[in-house]
Amino acid sequence: MTSARSSSLDLPDAEATTRLGRALAVELRPGDTVLLAGEVGAGKTHLARAAIQAMLAVDGRSEDVPSPTFTLVQRYDCAAGAILHADLYRLGDLRDLDDIGLTDAMGQDICLIEWPELLGQAALDDALLVSLEPDASGTGRTARLSASAPRWQPVLDRLMAGGRSA
Amino acid sequence: MATATGGDRIILGIESSCDDTAAAVVQRVDGRAHVLSSVVLGQTALHADFGGVVPEIAARAHSERLDAAIAQALAEAALGFDDLDGIAVTAGPGLIGGLVSAVVAARAIAAARGLPLVGVNHLAGHALSPQFSAELPFPYLLLLVSGGHCQFLLVRGPDGFERLGGTIDDAPGEAFDKVARLLGLPQPGGPSVEEEARRGDAARFAFPRPLLDRAGMDLSFSGLKTAVLRERDRLVAGAGGLRRQDRADICAGFQAAVADVLAEKAARAISVYLGENPANPALCVAGGVASNATLRSALQAVASSTGCRFVAPPLALCTDNAAMIAWAGLAQFDAGSGGDFAARPRWPLDQDAAPMLGAGKKGAKA
Repeated sequence: MTSARSSSLDLPDAEATTRLGRALAVELRPGDTVLLAGEVGAGKTHLARAAIQAMLAVDGRSEDVPSPTFTLVQRYDCAAGAILHADLYRLGDLRDLDDIGLTDAMGQDICLIEWPELLGQAALDDALLVSLEPDASGTGRTARLSASAPRWQPVLDRLMAGGRSA
Repeated sequence: MATATGGDRIILGIESSCDDTAAAVVQRVDGRAHVLSSVVLGQTALHADFGGVVPEIAARAHSERLDAAIAQALAEAALGFDDLDGIAVTAGPGLIGGLVSAVVAARAIAAARGLPLVGVNHLAGHALSPQFSAELPFPYLLLLVSGGHCQFLLVRGPDGFERLGGTIDDAPGEAFDKVARLLGLPQPGGPSVEEEARRGDAARFAFPRPLLDRAGMDLSFSGLKTAVLRERDRLVAGAGGLRRQDRADICAGFQAAVADVLAEKAARAISVYLGENPANPALCVAGGVASNATLRSALQAVASSTGCRFVAPPLALCTDNAAMIAWAGLAQFDAGSGGDFAARPRWPLDQDAAPMLGAGKKGAKA
């Protein structure tokens, strides 16, 4: 059992969420898993899309990043490595993770996973958890970033520093 | 050796790219499609109480249902494998489990019966499906809204597709499902939001019309979903709950916003299309959007005001089915397609992207 460190960032508008996604993209490398939690409309897909498009942009590519709700998982191959963007909302069983290729990919590729509750507590040991919720004003959001693995500690520092100065 | 080229051919179509499993037999007579049978084994009804449909993604479950669907399609057409001239199977885009199961099943039948086989793009199947309803000269304009997809395409031929624009985030079908989830309505969201909207006042809430202020034919529906969420929370905070009428009014307002956006973007797409001076111009719609009466009539109105015919496939062939795969496969046989192909989870219509997954489980790393 490891204890997670947790920090909060204010995201007053959609553009702030996009900036966080871009900042995250700079940090991500193969083997990283980012869990994106929050209700419908909290901005999970928005954040993932911003990160993926920033990674594709490094390769000079501009592509649509559709929501993975229907397809369950979308895969992107770019210079930074393979990216899997998954939505587990509609999955009923952990064994389904094998069938969408997520079991093999986690720990090897870059995995951005929406509705990660199915994965259980174990996934939190290695992953960066980003929890999004509406802020008090009703127009913005709050992102709570937490991670227990050493890998993420300097990343958390940089993301928090970037978020404050933005 | 059987051949699938030439005139009056009978093709078995197999489709298993998303949640449903389907098989169909289609015959071409004098250039027109005749659907001899079309079987869809869905799972929507089984999970309607859940806030989303749990897809059956295990390969074995797909294989069992494929066998049942194929047997039923042949029985309904009163034909056997020996009567077929070829097989067409969806090779992508979609969920890898279902795609691979269907491709394996199709390969096995083709090898055992000596039949030619082609791999079909699911979206090409939808794009050609308006031909079930009318004789359509190319090019025609198509609004394709299927599952997670939403795009305007100029269809220049059976394998010539030019994308004019599409959603930059959610597809409308997904927005309907998520609005239903937000409001506690049953899944799938399309029919339940439409039903609720019938009793609602579309003018009560001023929901945004995303991207209307921007040029071009791209669409966005994610912000509309968020606007519904905020309105719901505002009503709940103010009155301690959501009244029945509130819910109906939100649904009506949301649906009206989707209709306005689709209609305005369709009008822009039509003006690009008419710039090519097509003979007998047509606005076609395919996919689930055509089954929503409000969206359909909004698009019909745009078509008639711009001098275009409005063509949609029969309702049963609007949503995922295998008849459209058989029909698109026939066109591929005509073009001499054949040979090897692999399941492709990502397969954009207007782009020669490399396959993402070959035979190996891990897929191409290059």
